[in-house]
Amino acid sequence: MAEGLSKRFGETEALVGVDFEIEKGKVLGLLGPNGAGKTTAVRILCTLLKPDSGRALIDGINVVAQPRRARARIGLTGQFAAVEERLTGFENLQHVGRLFHLPTSEARRRARELLERFDLVDSGDRVAKTYSGGMRRRLDIAMSLIGGPSVLFLDEPTTGLDPRSRVGMWDVIDELGRAGTTTLLTTQYLDEADRLADEIVVIDHGKVIARGTAEDLKRRVGGERVEVTLADPSDAGRVIELLAHRALGTGQAIPGTNVVTIPVEDLSGIVPAVVRDLDAGGVKVLDVGTRGATLDDVFFALTGRPAEDEDGDGDPQDGSGAEVPPTAAIYPAQAEARS
Amino acid sequence: MTVTEQSTDPAAREEIPSGVIWAIRDCWTEASRHLRALPRNPEVLAFSTIQPVMFVLLFAYVFGGAINVPGYDDYKQFLMPGIFAQTVLFGTSFTAVGLAEDLSKGIADRLRSLPMFGPAVLIGRTIYDTIRNLITFVVMLAVAFAIGFRFEGTLGEALAATLLLMSFAYAFTWVNAYLGVSVGSVEAANSASFIWIFPITFVSSAFVDPSSMPSWLEPIARNNPFTTATDAVRALYNGRPAGSDFWLVLAWSAGITLVFAFLASRKFTSSTR
Repeated sequence: MAEGLSKRFGETEALVGVDFEIEKGKVLGLLGPNGAGKTTAVRILCTLLKPDSGRALIDGINVVAQPRRARARIGLTGQFAAVEERLTGFENLQHVGRLFHLPTSEARRRARELLERFDLVDSGDRVAKTYSGGMRRRLDIAMSLIGGPSVLFLDEPTTGLDPRSRVGMWDVIDELGRAGTTTLLTTQYLDEADRLADEIVVIDHGKVIARGTAEDLKRRVGGERVEVTLADPSDAGRVIELLAHRALGTGQAIPGTNVVTIPVEDLSGIVPAVVRDLDAGGVKVLDVGTRGATLDDVFFALTGRPAEDEDGDGDPQDGSGAEVPPTAAIYPAQAEARS
Repeated sequence: MTVTEQSTDPAAREEIPSGVIWAIRDCWTEASRHLRALPRNPEVLAFSTIQPVMFVLLFAYVFGGAINVPGYDDYKQFLMPGIFAQTVLFGTSFTAVGLAEDLSKGIADRLRSLPMFGPAVLIGRTIYDTIRNLITFVVMLAVAFAIGFRFEGTLGEALAATLLLMSFAYAFTWVNAYLGVSVGSVEAANSASFIWIFPITFVSSAFVDPSSMPSWLEPIARNNPFTTATDAVRALYNGRPAGSDFWLVLAWSAGITLVFAFLASRKFTSSTR
């Protein structure tokens, strides 16, 4: 589907030679933090953006050479629910159906069908302005399905939804997957990719850094984890040192928390052993537990930073910036007080 | 990497029908998106009508007694055509705002990813705004009649004047369409459209005779196409000959429409954003 896609915006390389392919009837998860290039890839495949190099094919149709034919085969649900608020749910669907040049009766039939499928029958005659966030998203996805697309693009479909709507949206996407809708799903949530995607492509800074099923990826970073919660986070280095002889690879301190995770091969007897080691080393521990690897670990292992961190190199600036303003602010105030 | 999804299915999906008829249908489908919503949001019509009605009353009663214009005994007969022209031009700013809204809400992205005639999104919007402008105009005309404005010429001349107004406004709808698809946000579209509409409509013959302006401003006002349009419309409503102004206004309208329709469509359908 995508072959060596590259795109730059001015100085920024949004995509650097990205390849991936979606198997028919499968859900491909494009996983990465904000600004990784996920949306850029989707926009190229949806003919909204031209790649600087590389090829993108939908059903074998080159999206750059034949955008209109490609458009007939795709459905796009972007990051914002693109519904016309002033129209009803039914009218929204019918409108897109007409623009797909479906016969009027067919557009109406499909619109009714989709309202049913997405649990919107009761609100189909209400204007979309009155819909909740979750309902808008469902209508949005329904609109992208009315043309009967070969590939459905879901660009961060749960961003901005409350937790309940998010789970509802997962069910919807699950069902699409079961119905054999070929789907490209982008997400920055690891649990979402884990749950919904058949295959995952991890991208970061415009490059593919890993691909495989969720299980493959987890296996790559070691299956099991011991998690130590410390009384004092500054002990993290010592803990990693003390447990190095048991670890499979290196332990990681999770930034911003007092938790250290250690990848291990075998869990049997590990908890008492770790407690003994740490006790002997004189480290105060609040909790020791075990868990299987998550995609968070995968991301951390691949990039050296947690997935939620949007901008790894922004921190130093924040740090230095915090020191300057107080001095600048205090002196004028004092001068005024003296005079 | 190989292509695995080459359509081997013998009943390969039929191609999306296209052609001129479908392009026209797409335009109408898009226009009807907005038209359908119009009666549901009466405030849109109310606000685009209240302001011009206020202008009619303010200018007629507040300034009416103080302003004298050569050639017209009754200032109302001079003023109303100017206000009509200004109002329909102000009305075109809705195009910029509406399109900017479509873009910022992702609706434009959805539409651009459909196998439709791309510029139909813009053409549909300009059709809608022209219809809405016409409704506003009719309301304003009724108010003008209520306070004593009259067609001094034939009905044919009045219709010709109305045609001029609408074609001139249509041209400027496209200027605003271009602004709407070029600026980044709804707020920017709103200010960007008023920034130029204000001077164009005021530095003109709409409210006063340009000869009353300072000598540096007068030539600007006289050569303003909006002055030409106002003069032609005013002449026709008052049953006076519009002369070459009539054709000049149509030529301006056609020229502006062509240039900006091209620019706006190219901007909207290009895959560079």
